[in-house]
Amino acid sequence: MTAPGQEPHPPIRGGLRITQGTFSYLPDLSDEQIVAQVQYGIDHGWAVSIEFTDDPHPRNVYWEMWGMPMFDLEDAVAALREVQRCREAFPDHYLRVSLYDPRLTRQTTALQFIVHRPAHEPGFRLDRQEERDRVIRYRLHPYSGERPPGERYGDGRA
Amino acid sequence: MPPLGPGTATDGGRREAAEPRFQDLAAPLDEIPDEAVVEAAGVLEEARIEEVLERLDHELVALGEVKRRLRELAALLLVERLRRRLGLETKPPTLHMCFTGNPGTGKTTVAMRMGELLYRLGYVRKGHLVVASREDLVGQYVGHTAPRTREVLKRAMGGVLFIDEAYNLYRLDNERDYGQEAVELLLQAMENERQNLVVILAGYREKMERFFADVPGLSSRVAHHVEFPDYTLEELMAIAEVMMREHRYRFAVDAETRFREYLHRRMRQPRFANGRSVRNALDRARMRQAVRLYELARRGHRLTKRDLVTIESEDLTLSRVFDTGPEAGG
Repeated sequence: MTAPGQEPHPPIRGGLRITQGTFSYLPDLSDEQIVAQVQYGIDHGWAVSIEFTDDPHPRNVYWEMWGMPMFDLEDAVAALREVQRCREAFPDHYLRVSLYDPRLTRQTTALQFIVHRPAHEPGFRLDRQEERDRVIRYRLHPYSGERPPGERYGDGRA
Repeated sequence: MPPLGPGTATDGGRREAAEPRFQDLAAPLDEIPDEAVVEAAGVLEEARIEEVLERLDHELVALGEVKRRLRELAALLLVERLRRRLGLETKPPTLHMCFTGNPGTGKTTVAMRMGELLYRLGYVRKGHLVVASREDLVGQYVGHTAPRTREVLKRAMGGVLFIDEAYNLYRLDNERDYGQEAVELLLQAMENERQNLVVILAGYREKMERFFADVPGLSSRVAHHVEFPDYTLEELMAIAEVMMREHRYRFAVDAETRFREYLHRRMRQPRFANGRSVRNALDRARMRQAVRLYELARRGHRLTKRDLVTIESEDLTLSRVFDTGPEAGG
């Protein structure tokens, strides 16, 4: 999927660019690329849905929905407009586009990719907890989680 | 209202990737030699515009002026495409339109064909038709309108948005009416999404003229005004012929005369809706034929194919239109 001249993004010093969803190892998708992907989904009969969150933990599966899923689109530009409106409303959140395949025998997310990130992503800390019998439990602690939702990114916060 | 799915307004084929956008090929007017030849025939064939226009000519009765305008538009859009091929920068033309005329004169049908034509010429990406009226666009309470209008606009992107009785959106008498918000969003979309959406407004002529006068900015956004005249009796008969053929029926000889008489009277009665009235009349005739055949079958008669496809004069005579005297006055 990497176009000529595009390399996967190297790790950011002092932070971690989260790699959740498809294309997450690539540089940010441009608007044209987003339209191309969404159009592919629409042409396959998939529903388009936009979600946002500021909790980057990988187990945070259900993000906030931006409007209802769009089942009846013909043209991906309409979805792009919604993405742009969501970006304006939540410039310091993660945004993603989900494409859902409603066909019997599948009925699941077919494609999901991040379309917007906060300016700086501080990353995670790995916590180890030793329990009885030397069993170790691991926890991922997102640094941004130290602040309440809505205040985690933006305003130049690390 | 349910939109038509992919492929309904087009011939079902997917287009090849479009040629480079006009921004990429901007070349000053003087750089290209005047003698440079452009492959006009190739583009014509590729887009199969003639096919669509011919089908239009064939399937739509009368509407001579409308067909002429469509051909003009097709020619304009074709030339724009040729210019783009040569690298002459072209801003996409404003395609929003206004169709005025009485009910049943073919406005919605032509709007659908317009979508197909624009798709073939590469001016819209999908060419589907979304029909909306005030109910679909305007909400019932504060804050309801914007999402509703936006939903309709989203569905229509890439195709044609047909707004019937558009003037209903703007009710001056009630200042708390939410239609104004829908109109504003529409104007915004008509300006900003010119490359992604074509809006066709439709309705009665006088009301439309007042609507245009009431809404500043609307007339500057609508480039094409097309008037749909009422059909003449002969044109309506031709429409009836087309409909009958489509449904695999035919008139008995005296039935056709009878139908002409029926139309002649019905046209002069109130609430005549042109093509739609013809369709309704034919549907009722089919119903009466069915009742007649049912009786025959019940009494043990054998029915032939001719019986099943023929509308007889008696299937029309029962119409109430014939109740009054020969001078049908209502």
